[in-house]
Amino acid sequence: MSKFKKKKGGELPVISTASLPDIVFMLLFFFMVATVMRDSTLMVKNKLPAADQIQKLDKKDRVMYIYAGQPSPRYTDKYGSQPRIQLNDKFATVSEVAAFVLAERASKRQELQNVLTTKLKVDGDTKMGLITDIKQELRKVNALKINYTTRIGDYTQNRD
Amino acid sequence: MAKRSAPEVNAGSMADIAFLLLIFFLVTTTIETDSGINRKLPPIEDVEDPPIIKQKNIFTVVVNKNNQLLVEEELTSIEDLRSLAVEFLDNGGGEGEDACNFCQGPGDPKSSDNPVKAIISLKNDRETSYKVYISVQNELVAAYNDLRDREFRRLYSNVGLTFVEANKKYSDPRTTPDQKMSLKPKLDVVKGMFPQKLSEAEPSKN
Repeated sequence: MSKFKKKKGGELPVISTASLPDIVFMLLFFFMVATVMRDSTLMVKNKLPAADQIQKLDKKDRVMYIYAGQPSPRYTDKYGSQPRIQLNDKFATVSEVAAFVLAERASKRQELQNVLTTKLKVDGDTKMGLITDIKQELRKVNALKINYTTRIGDYTQNRD
Repeated sequence: MAKRSAPEVNAGSMADIAFLLLIFFLVTTTIETDSGINRKLPPIEDVEDPPIIKQKNIFTVVVNKNNQLLVEEELTSIEDLRSLAVEFLDNGGGEGEDACNFCQGPGDPKSSDNPVKAIISLKNDRETSYKVYISVQNELVAAYNDLRDREFRRLYSNVGLTFVEANKKYSDPRTTPDQKMSLKPKLDVVKGMFPQKLSEAEPSKN
């Protein structure tokens, strides 16, 4: 029965760390694939409201973004705390929305120009007045397809 | 000269390099939210004489500046909005050519004639919070989706999907064209039964 003899000594076996790089690489690749580099830095607070009756937009190339909300803390000295619109990397006024849409439209391929969707990424605490103004501007330039971007969740999360 | 074997490279620091990269990507990652509520704005045009719509076919939802919800001029909590909207759309109180043969509502003559005629009118104040507006929009879309799901299940029980699932499958780029072709007419039929007539009031000019 000496086959089953216990190993002598109580020293712990060394755990091989040879597979550690593999595991880390796996995680690395996941994050590399999942990462979407934002093309503009957010300058406004952007806590989106939650909704569950949502549709997904799959085509990235036919979307333009309009952000709105309170300026982030580091911009409040300069721009105040009233909700503002952000287009690309700049704060903008309502009257600049139309020009922005036309410029975005001109930069897209011909066949996509009529199917563009405007994504409104608006902070939940913004007042509807600003959004109504944006919507009116969009109607003026005939950019009628809009998408209120939301988090996925129940509407009860919108209360606080 | 004797052939020398190549010296082995120490791979011990590989994990460190990988960790460094990993941490960089972890920090820069923002998982983009890519979904939301789709809406179509009405084009700007002056309607000469707007069509006359019977008052009973309009379901008015007003959100005032204190974020209170008024449904048909009564203060309502948002939990009840979906069921009220479903009841209104599904009422089917019409007679003759307005009759609705698939509605399961009570058929109240004071409420809507037919889902095709029923219009939900949404009005909000400039001071309304966006969160509340989205919640209301969400519940109204949910009311339409509930009814569409019900009819889709009833008419196309062999598909084994709800309307929302079928619509999602239809817009999924991985779905084959054949499947899309078979789904499209079914979706259109159900959309025709409950058209999403959600009208937003023009902003008041003051």
